[in-house]
Amino acid sequence: MPERLHVRKTYKLYVGGAFPRSESGRTYLVDGDNAALASRKDARDAVVAARKAQPKWAAATAYNRGQVVYRIAEMVEARRAEFKSLGVPGKEVDAAVDRLVWYAGWSDKIAQVIGNANPVAGPYFNLTAPEPTGVVGVVAPASLLGLVSVVAPAIVTGNTVVVLTAAPQVAITLAEVLATSDVPGGVVNVLTGHAAETAPWLASHDDVNGLDLTGIEDAELATELERAAAGTLKRVRRPGVTDFTADPGLAPMTAFLETKTVWHPKGF
Amino acid sequence: MFDYAPAPESRSVVSIAPSYGLFIDGSFVEGKGTFKTINPATEEVLAEVALGGPEDVDRAVAAARRAFQSWSALPGSERAKYLFRIARIIQERSRELAVLESLDNGKPIRESRDVDLPLVAAHFFYYAGWADKLAYAGFGPDPRPLGVAGQVIPWNFPLLMLAWKIAPALAAGNTVVLKPAETTPLSALFFADVCRQAELPQGVVNIVTGAGDTGRYLVEHPDVNKVAFTGSTEVGRQIARSVAGTGKKLTLELGGKAANIVFDDAPIDQAVEGIVNGIFFNQGHVCCAGSRLLVQESIAEELLGSLKRRMSTLRVGDPLDKNTDVGAINSAAQLARITELSEIGDQEGAERWSPECQLPDRGFWFAPTIFTGVTQAHRIAREEIFGPVLSVLTFRTPDEAIEKANNTPYGLSAGIWSDKGSRILAVADQLRAGVVWANTFNKFDPTSPFGGYKESGYGREGGRHGLEAYLA
Amino acid sequence: MSDLRSLLHGLPGVDKVGVEARAAALGTRSVKTSAKAQAIDLAIRMVDLTTLEGADTPGKVRALSAKAVRPDPADPTCPSVAAVCVYPAMVPVAASVLRDTGVHLASVATAFPSGQAPLDVKLADTRDAVAGGADEIDMVISRGAFLAGDYTKVFDEIVAVKEACGDAHLKVILETGELGTYDNVRRASWLAMTAGADFIKTSTGKVPVAATLPVTLIMLEAVRDFRARTGRQVGVKPAGGIRTTKDAVKYLVLINETVGDDWLSPDWFRFGASSLLNDLLMQRTKLTTGHYAGPDYFTLD
Repeated sequence: MPERLHVRKTYKLYVGGAFPRSESGRTYLVDGDNAALASRKDARDAVVAARKAQPKWAAATAYNRGQVVYRIAEMVEARRAEFKSLGVPGKEVDAAVDRLVWYAGWSDKIAQVIGNANPVAGPYFNLTAPEPTGVVGVVAPASLLGLVSVVAPAIVTGNTVVVLTAAPQVAITLAEVLATSDVPGGVVNVLTGHAAETAPWLASHDDVNGLDLTGIEDAELATELERAAAGTLKRVRRPGVTDFTADPGLAPMTAFLETKTVWHPKGF
Repeated sequence: MFDYAPAPESRSVVSIAPSYGLFIDGSFVEGKGTFKTINPATEEVLAEVALGGPEDVDRAVAAARRAFQSWSALPGSERAKYLFRIARIIQERSRELAVLESLDNGKPIRESRDVDLPLVAAHFFYYAGWADKLAYAGFGPDPRPLGVAGQVIPWNFPLLMLAWKIAPALAAGNTVVLKPAETTPLSALFFADVCRQAELPQGVVNIVTGAGDTGRYLVEHPDVNKVAFTGSTEVGRQIARSVAGTGKKLTLELGGKAANIVFDDAPIDQAVEGIVNGIFFNQGHVCCAGSRLLVQESIAEELLGSLKRRMSTLRVGDPLDKNTDVGAINSAAQLARITELSEIGDQEGAERWSPECQLPDRGFWFAPTIFTGVTQAHRIAREEIFGPVLSVLTFRTPDEAIEKANNTPYGLSAGIWSDKGSRILAVADQLRAGVVWANTFNKFDPTSPFGGYKESGYGREGGRHGLEAYLA
Repeated sequence: MSDLRSLLHGLPGVDKVGVEARAAALGTRSVKTSAKAQAIDLAIRMVDLTTLEGADTPGKVRALSAKAVRPDPADPTCPSVAAVCVYPAMVPVAASVLRDTGVHLASVATAFPSGQAPLDVKLADTRDAVAGGADEIDMVISRGAFLAGDYTKVFDEIVAVKEACGDAHLKVILETGELGTYDNVRRASWLAMTAGADFIKTSTGKVPVAATLPVTLIMLEAVRDFRARTGRQVGVKPAGGIRTTKDAVKYLVLINETVGDDWLSPDWFRFGASSLLNDLLMQRTKLTTGHYAGPDYFTLD
């Protein structure tokens, strides 16, 4: 009996909840697999999908978003073997699951921790609360833990993201997790390929509100992207974090949160 | 029938020297050149002020760097006491500083006396108390100062913007080099004297006067760790570009084109006051001014009638008269900008209205103005005018109001007027703006974070949030 | 009358903080020199010189009436006040002094100050005062009925009293200190005006909170809006607690910047006060003589 022929996976993009090929028709080889090579037009389409999904995702209750992120953790756990087969160490899969669980719990606490009731000197109710920045372009680190560590904080706070990654197998496998985790289509969009090619389009895009450069290793490219992001005064999270096993703190979440303060008089 | 006689505040409470140097390392020193600052209400020269060049900025940053070692090492409780001292001195000198501010800026003494100066003192009081409580501010158990802060402030609230910059910076343990606006340098120079009176250690606060280039030297200086800027979105953009890749922490408080939304169930008389306060406070030289009035179509005519009647009682003129409501435009350049955009409003077919008011012959003046029949496509509905000019638009439903309010690259502030609580909260949730005033407008407090969404900038000034900009 | 309810509850709301801030801001107006002199004389001409005490006697009322006609015996240029305001029993006494002086005679009526009496008693009270020579009647509304939502009862009472007044002018006291909210002040103002009030007045002076600037501001807005809607002009009278020239000038500023010239006259604005007059006189003397005045130089009546 000949050995059964293994069925390979085709690694496509993840945009608006679907898995399309690159509009450019381009693919590139990654460890023997063909992966879609995203183009600037894919970036454009992904921003449209992210924008479309954003208001509803932001309007979902924090409880709901927390449950969805927790569901992602459950699904990653269930795919532990697959991630390991892609070369992700078991400990890292565990850490990624734990990180997701950690962020799931933040959904309905972050506003309490960083919001404030402000004792203004007058008869006014004055409350400060965070709100999502909007659509965030994310240049993700290659590792699963790194990827989860940039995507989870951005979405648990109500943003939607366009993720650029150079590690299609891990990232698209995570996309498959997302597609089966009650994450509404368009909340996370994953483009595989070269950040140097697509990131500038996100950095200069007028309908992108934030840019996470954590996954950029080339300092010159990071500077160029930060400069381009200044065009519409995007919120930029600069590269810096390399050890994703450390306690992330609040910064990954607050980087893409706006602060809104509402005043109202108090009187009969 | 009942005309108020002139009631001028006495100028004699403030003594302005003929010339001022840069305040570096605790002393006034000469700069590279000089420029003149004038009273915009009379065009009279108030003083000659040093123009800071690159070497001057170098000296100031070096002084701040030297001072940082010991200032950041001081126990927070000691830094706090310096800031409390400063707050007290400002309170005691508030009449003098208010008159000075009105002279150099053109704002009515009623506002500099009742708004600017009380808020300046309150801001120092508020942040003074934080200096020894930083570990409780929510930024980790041992937050550290950043180093030298380069701060560039605008001309609309000169001393208040200085307070917003310097108070949190010093409380957190940073030292500063501050550049006041070219047209309003004097109150910052008087503040230098307040620092000396408080015996603040040399070099902790340095004031470098000058124009745009001076500010550029400062924000681009390699030994500056933190840049804070309040001003136009265009300059903010340039600063964000220049800071890219340097690792400097940056906060920007930029322009705005706030919607002030009036629903048909609004408390109408207070709404009219809010509209007036929203756009004519400080001659409309306010980044968070309610410059777009969105009024529900069903009450538009009635509301505009009330607004016009109310505008007819505005008293425009001598900033030092205690009964003046609207003072002078800050500069000839700003007047030209307001005039130009208003003419564009005319050309684009909007209908202009101003109450009858006599404007002084000398100085820079612009009558309170509203444009009706404005649509989202008009430039006066999109661009920041930064003057006493209100664009009036209408809407039919809450969804339309929100859509129009958010339909701008800016996102600094917004107003809502309605007697229905659930509507206010729902609309406030959906407005993309950093400060939302419901049934009030243009209220400020040191405990209340201020700052924008989108192209209105990032970072917050005021409140616990305001410390974040100055801590690592 | 459900129309009445929809009218009153359809009025725009009042934001407490906003109206108080506006009143306070107008209170910072600086009225000096010639403007102050003008304001003082106008304020004197607007005073309803009032005594409403159980201890009032003919002697007291006679003295007060004489003072109303010639507030400053030392200065013939000093104007008379607008009116004297007394209890119905004192009306004939005051009338005997005020006849042909041009000073009006106001009487409180309708079971002042509580208003808690049957309607026929209130009407008899009113008719007596008018018969005795009062040409202005200051009635109180039934706050209890108003607060219970029985607007029709309040309305009908005002209509009936107005009729009992004949030619006398009717001032309707809302007793704003008992109404609880500014919204109610606006509603009560409209209720009184709709029922035919010639004036709306803040207070009896007999409850702890009397006239305030924000309440008067709301009432001025009400008369302004009422005229715009109906064409009929109604006067406003803050009463109680206005004791100094500084206070009075703040009220004049309020009129000036809310309703304007049309109300800057004793025909359309009054101060219900007693001790205010002497302070106005002292300030007036200070302006004429250039030095500060002392209370011993003004009559205490």
